Amino acid sequence: MQLEYTTEHQAFREEIRSWLATNAPGEPLKTFDTEEGFQQHREWEAKLYEGRWGMITWPEEMGGRGADLIQWLIFEEEYYAARAPLRVNQNGIFLLGPTLMEYGTEEQKKKFLTGMATGEDVWCQGWSEPNAGSDMAAIRSKAELTEDGKHYIINGQKTWSTRAVWADWCFGMFRTDPESQRHHGLTFILLPLDLEGITVRPIPQLDGLPGFAEIFFDNVKVPVENRLGGEGEGWGVAMATAGFERGLMLRSPARFQETAKRLVDLYQANRESADRDPAIREAVLRAYMDAEAYTLTTYQTACRLIKGGKIGAESSTNKIFWSELDQQMHATALSILGARAELQAHAPDAAGVGTWLDGWMFAQSGPIYAGTNEIQRNIIAERMLGMPRK
Amino acid sequence: MWEPALQAKLREQGSLLRNDREKDMDFTFTEDQLLFQESVRDFLVNEIAPEKIRELWESDSGRSTALWSQLAELGLTGITVPEAFGGLGMQALDFVLLAQECGYVALPAPLVHTAMVSVPLLVSSGSEPLQENWLPKIAAGDAIVMVGLEQNVFVEDAHIADLLILEKAGALYAVDPSQATLRANESIDLSRKLFAVEFDAANAEKIAEGDQAAGLIAAALNGGALGVAAESLGLAQRMVDISVQYTSERKQFGVAIGTFQAVKHHMANIAYKLEYAKAPAARAAYAIDHQQSKVDMAVSHVKLAACEVANLAAKNCIQVHGAMGYTWEVDLHIYMKRAWAYANTWGDAAFHKQRVADFVLADSAKLGAGNTF
Repeated sequence: MQLEYTTEHQAFREEIRSWLATNAPGEPLKTFDTEEGFQQHREWEAKLYEGRWGMITWPEEMGGRGADLIQWLIFEEEYYAARAPLRVNQNGIFLLGPTLMEYGTEEQKKKFLTGMATGEDVWCQGWSEPNAGSDMAAIRSKAELTEDGKHYIINGQKTWSTRAVWADWCFGMFRTDPESQRHHGLTFILLPLDLEGITVRPIPQLDGLPGFAEIFFDNVKVPVENRLGGEGEGWGVAMATAGFERGLMLRSPARFQETAKRLVDLYQANRESADRDPAIREAVLRAYMDAEAYTLTTYQTACRLIKGGKIGAESSTNKIFWSELDQQMHATALSILGARAELQAHAPDAAGVGTWLDGWMFAQSGPIYAGTNEIQRNIIAERMLGMPRK
Repeated sequence: MWEPALQAKLREQGSLLRNDREKDMDFTFTEDQLLFQESVRDFLVNEIAPEKIRELWESDSGRSTALWSQLAELGLTGITVPEAFGGLGMQALDFVLLAQECGYVALPAPLVHTAMVSVPLLVSSGSEPLQENWLPKIAAGDAIVMVGLEQNVFVEDAHIADLLILEKAGALYAVDPSQATLRANESIDLSRKLFAVEFDAANAEKIAEGDQAAGLIAAALNGGALGVAAESLGLAQRMVDISVQYTSERKQFGVAIGTFQAVKHHMANIAYKLEYAKAPAARAAYAIDHQQSKVDMAVSHVKLAACEVANLAAKNCIQVHGAMGYTWEVDLHIYMKRAWAYANTWGDAAFHKQRVADFVLADSAKLGAGNTF
């Protein structure tokens, strides 16, 4: 065991730190759930790409740096410490990107990865349906092969598609075998959202902004070249690129460590009022410890993966841990803010309230999206502990 | 058991631990460390069945000299004793996985105390006579040295100790147990042997005072706290294993109760918290071995996290056992009661929370992303 950064790591940290100091926006961008904010974030992605910081773990020929997971964690630490913008294309770069690298044809990689890295093509996900939420294998939207075998005709409805309102492309799962049941007969298809027959209907989220959308498909014609992986193998494609490696990229610890730090600062600035309730101090300390535990565990996993290790069923623990930590930290912040906690950021007397309320609302989504925490607990019980399914 | 060659290899690694800064960052245990853990687990699980523990509850001392000799033969009593004194010369990081296995079987012997507290204290005491007299005997299994800190109020296993090292008014004394008065205090965990000890400091050998004593006491407390934290991780795992098996067999409403989501979630809640307490245990061991400045926070963090998950395990596991869990007959309580006992020993929760607060709320605290290592 060796728990010190190498001199190479330190140099890498300095490099990204100084690049961000010069290039990161001084003022926060508008939220990417508005049209203007979305464009600002797209431009930021282009800037990251120019600096070769867009997706550092990708190979150099794809605009990356071939960085390993420890470098990735360092990058994220500096990124969050600099309060750099959220990644508008995270569905693309963190979820679809690695999947494309594993399952895509050379042509698909060439066609999609660069556009993804530059932010020119922002991706959304088309998995959930009105009757296929936690039960994703209940997908009913279908893709039928045309007689000449050159196209799929897609019909159906997807929902809860984050950032679909302004996204350019969608990766979805569709039933290609009408006789099939559950996770058999599903196919993974990539499609541009401006095709004829596609209707995107925005759904306002808790904050009133259209952060996600429903997507309706009415005889949408897509070339078969847009299929990722084999026909009927969609479930495997969606699941196989190790869940946790994605989780590790998507929810690196830096975000939660920075929230914990801001919480400590908020507590310190309001000691007199906050200490009237000893539970607040306890919750602040717990936030620090849990963020630390998440960091330590993630680094340990990253080291194991670097050495060729595999992720097991314990990966489902990750989602529960960070999402419930995020809720707890924001709840504590609201307790400290007291009567001002309910004020929206633009209210005239909201000085000092910061973004805690927005963060609190957003934290409510963590235990729900990407497989609810109830589903994660089932997975832990059945696959990690071996408890009986039936 | 493991080969002498493996022992030698581990010994070598132990001595390498201190200065490998040029190596890549690596948060994993070595294959040999994991192999050692596996060998010790196999031995302990075989040797310390629940029946054995119940048998010892009925005995006068509650301890088995035969078991201690076996542990010595395997090199375990001298695992942290320097090679010059006949031990394996290993460190906290080598022992932390083994401590988990000691917890897994609720080991009724003071091995963790010996390896994590007594031996490191003797080694850093600077007293050659003490080291020469006691370290070889500890490694050979011929002597037991127990440490009594005021933080703990009671002294573990004082009745079988050949030497007591006791804290009094900021100083440490080496005390011959025959010169002390021991008053047994029964613990809820019948495997834990606790004593109120009185001795006459004027007639005892003072081995440290002032800053030196404070340093030794602080280190002893950290070693003991990490030891029981690591054991608590093993206890939690054992309770989960027992309960997964029970709920997979026990049927109600015509099905195994382990199929019910409410029961599954009780187990999953332990499992995910346990998963996130393991890396902090490794980090705390590393902090001890490398004398890092954040060692107090690191130890207190894992003490709190590990005891919390072990006590959650106790709570959820008795619940899924139903009335069976409330009986003397079912083995669950062997592990549950140890978890209860450990929650407030080697520093209670208030003590450890305060140490985390001292770190987190200090003006100079470096918090946030990039400051963990």
